[in-house]
Amino acid sequence: MKYVSAFFAIAFGLLVLAGYFVPVLEPLQALLISWAGILLAVASLIGVFNLITVHGEKIRSREKNSGYSSLLLVSLVLTFLLGLALGPSHPVMQGVVESIILPVEASLMAILSVTLLYAAIRLLRRRVDVMSVVFLLTVLAVLAWSLALPPYGELALFGNTLRPWLTQVLALGGARGILIGVALGALTTGLRILLAFDRPYGGK
Amino acid sequence: MVELSVILLSLILLLALTFLRRKSPPPTLRPIPALTRLYRAIGLSVEDGSRLHVSLGRGGLLSGRGGASLAGLAMLRYLTERTSASDKPPVATAGDPALAVLTQDTLKAGYEAANAEDLYQPTTGRLSGPTPFSFAAGAMPVVRDENVSANVLMGDFGPEIALVTEAAERSDVPTLGGTDDLPAQAVLYAAAQEPLIGEELFAAGAYLGAGPSHAASLIVQDILRWALILFLLGGAALKMLGVI
Repeated sequence: MKYVSAFFAIAFGLLVLAGYFVPVLEPLQALLISWAGILLAVASLIGVFNLITVHGEKIRSREKNSGYSSLLLVSLVLTFLLGLALGPSHPVMQGVVESIILPVEASLMAILSVTLLYAAIRLLRRRVDVMSVVFLLTVLAVLAWSLALPPYGELALFGNTLRPWLTQVLALGGARGILIGVALGALTTGLRILLAFDRPYGGK
Repeated sequence: MVELSVILLSLILLLALTFLRRKSPPPTLRPIPALTRLYRAIGLSVEDGSRLHVSLGRGGLLSGRGGASLAGLAMLRYLTERTSASDKPPVATAGDPALAVLTQDTLKAGYEAANAEDLYQPTTGRLSGPTPFSFAAGAMPVVRDENVSANVLMGDFGPEIALVTEAAERSDVPTLGGTDDLPAQAVLYAAAQEPLIGEELFAAGAYLGAGPSHAASLIVQDILRWALILFLLGGAALKMLGVI
């Protein structure tokens, strides 16, 4: 079984990769990717069952904060039934999204901004080194130089010269360097999987 | 044609170096503090009956972000094999349904490799939420309530990962984090105790002794990086001389 799954993974991986370079294989590549899309949709359903199992287990074993799990399951079932009965474009379903899900996510975003500020303050307590100081000073400089100070507005030297130089030359150069490293890492990781050195699809 | 040449060159180098390195001693690598600390966390997890939380983010496997998720899966496999004998098995969260399925499969494979199939629990691989914030909101209680001794965040995240690191900080749980997303890297640099920068995310396997192919990967990356540096410098020099 181990060899069969590895064979199929390698064969289909190579076919999809070859589709980018050999025009004759493009239709086959599109077909395989569309199959993968269908499998991903099925995976979404499995994911929902996984969510139900995990939270059901929490309720059954009366784990700490299992009340939230009950709330999640009740909301999930209600939304699912409403969606089935009314359809996703019905005003009630739109209302669920716009009145519950979006405000909750917006609240989390607000908490995130405070959390980030707090993390930045805590950074020097956790790691006192040159890079941490440079990181914090850069953040502060970019933020400060982005401000328009009344009544002067944006400070000419900082706003027009130093900030663009810092963000578009130094920071962008560093970001490109990191992205090149990430791209090379992703390339070799993909090749390892294509050669079955790593098998995220199971097997010893 | 350039893309195909790079892929073929990498493929040939990876195969050749993996074959050559099969019986070689492990390569000498520069120390990465985050991975040294992870070693200690693995030992601590087995000894004190706590568990590791591995989060693989929300990178879809059909998107360009899948590479980081695959690197996270390799790490999950390694950690599962090493900690399968502990009282509390590692728990893994993902923000993409397909990745959550692979997470369960990887956990199961890790237990099988450690000859501990009976200890595998399917609920240890979880979809914590299908959207960025629901993913973070679902991962936070895992860090807080499930006796976690270390938090390993490896995959594709956005800035919302700060919510998970904050939950870890409040529970006094150390966090090791690496991602392919630039804003999230900046967030992890500030919020995680041990951040992995850039390609260090993909180097973890080589540092943890996951096999000759991982060490070969690092060498291939170095060769390609030097080739790119020479190409960039050569291009700049030719531009200065007015040739191009």
